[in-house]
Amino acid sequence: MTEKIIIAGAGGQGIMLLGKVLAEGAMREGKYVTWLPSYGAEVRGGTAHCMVIISDEPIGSPYIDKADTLIIMNAPSLNKFRDRIKNKGLLIVNSSLAPEAGVASEGRHILRCPFTDLALKMGNIKIANMIALGCFIGKKKTVNSRSLLEVIGSIAPEHKKGLIEINQKALEEGMELGG
Amino acid sequence: MKSKSRQKEIKKILMTGNEAIAQGAIDAGCRFYAGYPITPQNELTAYMARCMPDSGGVFVQSESEVAAINMVFGASCAGARSMTSSSSPGISLKQEGISYIAGAELPAVVVNIMRGGPGLGNIWPSQSDYFQATRGGGHGDYHSIVLAPSSVQEAYDLMFLAFDLADNYRNPVMVLGDGILGQMMEPLQVTSHKSQVTGQKAVVCLPIGKATSQKTWALTGCEGRNPNIIKSFRMKEGDLEKLNLALQKKYKAIRQKEARFESLFLEDAKIIIVAYGTMARIAKGAVGMLRAKGKKAGLLRPITLWPFPEKVFKDLQARNSKLKTLLVTEMSYGQMLEDVKLALDGKLKVEFLGRAGGGVPTEEDIIRKAGKIL
Amino acid sequence: MKEAQKIFSRPRSLRNISTHYCGGCGHGIAHRLVAEIVDELGIRERVIAVAPVGCAVIAYDYWDFDCSEAAHGRALAVATGIKRVRPQNIVFTYQGDGDLAAIGTSETIHAANRGENVTVIFINNAIYGMTGGQMAPTTLLGQRTATTPAGRQIGVHGAPLKISEMLALLPAVKYIERVSLHSPQEVLKAKSAIKRAFQSQIDNLGFSMVEVLSACPTYWDMPPKKALDWIRDVMSKEFPLGRIK
Repeated sequence: MTEKIIIAGAGGQGIMLLGKVLAEGAMREGKYVTWLPSYGAEVRGGTAHCMVIISDEPIGSPYIDKADTLIIMNAPSLNKFRDRIKNKGLLIVNSSLAPEAGVASEGRHILRCPFTDLALKMGNIKIANMIALGCFIGKKKTVNSRSLLEVIGSIAPEHKKGLIEINQKALEEGMELGG
Repeated sequence: MKSKSRQKEIKKILMTGNEAIAQGAIDAGCRFYAGYPITPQNELTAYMARCMPDSGGVFVQSESEVAAINMVFGASCAGARSMTSSSSPGISLKQEGISYIAGAELPAVVVNIMRGGPGLGNIWPSQSDYFQATRGGGHGDYHSIVLAPSSVQEAYDLMFLAFDLADNYRNPVMVLGDGILGQMMEPLQVTSHKSQVTGQKAVVCLPIGKATSQKTWALTGCEGRNPNIIKSFRMKEGDLEKLNLALQKKYKAIRQKEARFESLFLEDAKIIIVAYGTMARIAKGAVGMLRAKGKKAGLLRPITLWPFPEKVFKDLQARNSKLKTLLVTEMSYGQMLEDVKLALDGKLKVEFLGRAGGGVPTEEDIIRKAGKIL
Repeated sequence: MKEAQKIFSRPRSLRNISTHYCGGCGHGIAHRLVAEIVDELGIRERVIAVAPVGCAVIAYDYWDFDCSEAAHGRALAVATGIKRVRPQNIVFTYQGDGDLAAIGTSETIHAANRGENVTVIFINNAIYGMTGGQMAPTTLLGQRTATTPAGRQIGVHGAPLKISEMLALLPAVKYIERVSLHSPQEVLKAKSAIKRAFQSQIDNLGFSMVEVLSACPTYWDMPPKKALDWIRDVMSKEFPLGRIK
């Protein structure tokens, strides 16, 4: 099994964190994993993306040309990465911020979910990333949800411990969308 | 019993290459770091700022790359395992200090997380500093030992070797990575290491502020001994030539003992992909895919770029008569290629696939090129 | 009859060899003053010197304690590395005007601003000696050198750089004094300034520096006596003597 995932969105949407939680969860399950960030000169705004590869075998290139799964959190990222998906790949789109329906659906599975709206409904816009992550593993089951809940519980720094529960809930909410 | 159960507890940590290099250095006894921020190696400097003081070491954010390497010169004079890190444009600035370190025969480790050049270039991964790293880089007839890790784990592991080699040969050692290696995260298992230097005992670093030292040449104050002088300046007639002859003798010994490489399928390959660092893991992926298609590909990955593992190249033909071609692939335009050709001395066909300035050859690029050759 | 008493001898910290300096050059005196102070403070066995690039490049051949070289201008970066690793040692640099105030200005200012607890002996002779008498950052206006054949002009070459006054602005700089070697009285003052600078380091106070106005008869194209008078009458007007901080 090798799953190549590109996650893209705006700076500040927690794109890197989404990738890290996924990568860390996979690592805890004993899988090979690489996480490669975009590291531009822009600190806020612009598009941010990261590439995560999870595999049962040692990983060659950490760079992903065509992804098995593309998780898109805003409209500019959709434009940037729309062609970077394999035939029959999975495209997960945050329809709250990338509502455009103009993506050809031939040869790919598309999951459109309003992650940002759902996050707002749950009371914190910042958890949209965890809902999207939940949606991905609900659909693909690449990593066990228990590992991810554990990761969320353990990687939060001291001053953010209060946010663990809502992030875990967001992950579970997302899983239902994907499952 | 106890140690076994403890071993089970050794967990893997998800870490960037930059952080793994910093942690590896600290675990290898590095107690002095000076550096100046530059992308894509900033995580290394920040990690040192966070963790070096807790390890009883010194972190200095220097005013320039030039100052940083000269601070390393000073700290090394005083006996500490010392290092600096930067990325390509900053490494160019450090060349003055590296030349002085080579001339004064001081141990030091310099990390270069390469980015695109020439000039300010860009911040994307590159391997375009191969010539600069392996040919000396600064002025004078000298070599740095150059190590090229290709995974986060190896980046960590090679820091032990880097400091051991630096101390044992009293020579600058460069660890050459690129933006991908520095920025990517992989699981890392932190381990304890013994000296990996052939036939030599590892020199323990001089703890900060301690008076005793295995480095009898170090500047610690001349209590109970004659004064030590550390210099590269040799004006007396014949003196500098003597130093150069001694250096050449040392380099010869390093060439004989310290060349390292990794290989796959050398015995039956019809084509061998040659690559180092990040490119080597991409090449490894490509070799796996080619093999899956029944195509006999092999891999040769120099781990030391200087000394270049010439012997394994020279012996290829004798080991494998079916081998026809080597495909060298780089994130640069034919730099390591020259060393491969020199080692083969015209005996095998050598093809090349390279991109630079931020472009990275993919597994598919390699497979396509190899397919054409086969 | 009283037994003869030895009241003057070579300092323990100065090797018994002749220096390579020109007649009338100040370096020999400055080297000796440093050696005397090192002896008087009893720090010979824990002092570490950093030699410059310039006429004093082989100062380590004359001093009899631990020494390192440094690339041109980098003495204070090297000293930073040494002192941070071995804070119990007494670390000083000995630098000329080109080393300290031209090619090494950045290293000088930042080491001073970090408050590195080291001592600097700064030899200002308003010229580059080793390379053949070119303009220094401290060359006086109107002074002829190999690279200012018509004399230094403010609009072309800038004014003489007063690095001591500049450094005095930095909060972490604890002691700066400008002295001269143009007469025996001034040499004695120079000696006590050097002692104060080292004492400041021993007391862990921070960055200390002594600027020493020193003659270069060869490239000033003057006989030694006239060169000393020129310091007194001309150079010390541009670079006033005394405690700066």
